[in-house]
Amino acid sequence: MCGIAGLIHRGKSSKVGHELQGMLQALKHRGEDSTGYALYGETDGKNFIMRFKVGENVGEGSTSVAEDVSVYDERKKIVDSYLSEMGAKIVKEERILPYSLRYEIEYNKKDLLEFSQKIESIPGVEILSMGKSLEVIKDLGNAKMVCDRYNLDKLVGTHAIGHARMATESGVDIKSAHPFWGYPFSDVSVVHNGQLTNYWNNRRALENKGMRFMSECDSELIAVYLAEKMRDGASLEEGMKESLTGLDGVFTYFVATKDSLGMAKDTMAAKPLVLYESDDLVAMGSEEIAIRSILPQEIDTYDPFDGEVKVWQI
Amino acid sequence: MANLKNVTKKTKAQAMGMHSEILTGRTQQKFFNPDEAENFYYFGTYDVDFNKRTDLDVKNMSAAEANKEIDNLMSQGFGTIVIKNPQGKHSLGVGILNKLNLIFEGSLGYFGMGSCDGPIVRINGRVGWSCAENLMAGKVVIEKNAGSCFGAAIRGGDLICKGSVGARTGIDMKGGTIIIGGDAGAFTGFMMQRGRIIILGDVGINLGDSMYDGTIFVGGDIGSYGSDAVDSELTKSDQDWLRRKLKVAEIGENFDVSKMKKIVAGKKLWNYDNLEPTEKKGAI
Repeated sequence: MCGIAGLIHRGKSSKVGHELQGMLQALKHRGEDSTGYALYGETDGKNFIMRFKVGENVGEGSTSVAEDVSVYDERKKIVDSYLSEMGAKIVKEERILPYSLRYEIEYNKKDLLEFSQKIESIPGVEILSMGKSLEVIKDLGNAKMVCDRYNLDKLVGTHAIGHARMATESGVDIKSAHPFWGYPFSDVSVVHNGQLTNYWNNRRALENKGMRFMSECDSELIAVYLAEKMRDGASLEEGMKESLTGLDGVFTYFVATKDSLGMAKDTMAAKPLVLYESDDLVAMGSEEIAIRSILPQEIDTYDPFDGEVKVWQI
Repeated sequence: MANLKNVTKKTKAQAMGMHSEILTGRTQQKFFNPDEAENFYYFGTYDVDFNKRTDLDVKNMSAAEANKEIDNLMSQGFGTIVIKNPQGKHSLGVGILNKLNLIFEGSLGYFGMGSCDGPIVRINGRVGWSCAENLMAGKVVIEKNAGSCFGAAIRGGDLICKGSVGARTGIDMKGGTIIIGGDAGAFTGFMMQRGRIIILGDVGINLGDSMYDGTIFVGGDIGSYGSDAVDSELTKSDQDWLRRKLKVAEIGENFDVSKMKKIVAGKKLWNYDNLEPTEKKGAI
């Protein structure tokens, strides 16, 4: 089933980690195999923040294989050496969990494709996000468990999207969890609720154009699809509007960039979404109770219509 | 009355012991006889006094607890119940088979007021998906917007949304009236079998797709017609009925109903099974 939630503060920052945790926890009955956050934090914008994993969380229902921490250590060493080779300087390093790391990197090149390909050429290593504001955090368990594990409660930022996952068509692991980074674009992330029925056709076509897939989760296609459109010069909104016909199936998805948040709903309107919009806040989720977790007072909400695309700026 | 006959001829399945009884001509259809009205007993209903009013704050209650408490209050004779702080909770007010004035001071989540028969409900907020599903009788008024599958499979009663509604409004409806003050989404009236839908605003694509019967009235623009949905002439009696309904619904009283479009089933799909494959394509 899965649940998605997102919010954007316009003209101010807030504890978006805490707020999104509340929204996603309200949706935990829609799935708690894994939960993911894409948080757009307050930074000085100078350095890249790279969230990456060197292994999997192997819990109940996981399809991944347990590995020794020494394997993770070895992979981390190779990552560090590759960064050095590419002229990227590690400014700050945090190893939140044995398999999950956060680096602040001084890196002056704009094209992240070569950078990402090099890092991800190391078996078992995946960049979860790369950006000057975006941080993707995802792991097994419900929203509160992931929030506590990664200490996201205090993260201050302008906007965020998240996903509570009930795994149906791919494994229970971090690589199949949402949000997906819009590889190789800085600060682009996607969450999705639904099923895409032309996944393989689109995937083959996009791989032939040099795009990369890390999982077999159909939702990853949306991130890659939009990234490819933007690579070819389309704006985010144009890419999203094209996706209504380019992607087949039922879907509601959110996409976020450094300064914007967007939603798209398929032409069948088969997947739910409730939306609240005011001058200083937009909040949306699969169910109204997600919005109620941050706005308990009586508010006006509505369901976007079929085939609707909306984008908001911070 | 049921008409159970003894039939000696057995089918192959019966000969194999797969069925232990033989039914023929049996019906569950019952006809209402006003002379017997007093003999009718609706299990789980209460005598309530509409002037006996109380508030119920459900902020810290689960949906099941809230619904049980509504039932408990009705058993005490309360005929008017005001629900405070519903806060978008799912499945509130379901299964009320009683006369009751029920007022929600706030919004409901999914499946609110499902399978009800008789209550008069006012929701001073919005509702999520599948509001009033399977409504059999009564009236449900939503002051703001509603989600998708609004009034799915209703059999009777009036369901009114003063704002806009999502997709598949009135899907599979078998009776009753749905009135929308704003716009409606895609597949409105999908596979409806009876009843009427009134939309004062615009409506999305595939209106009345595969409808068997019933009528849809639209005041605004139509995204597209669904399979077997066709225009029909808006008669004077239609207009009179629309004016009366809109007045009762406290919605669009000054709306010019004479310009509304009337959509009905083309009924080509009715004979679908009898058509040749090439004819089926034409019907679709």
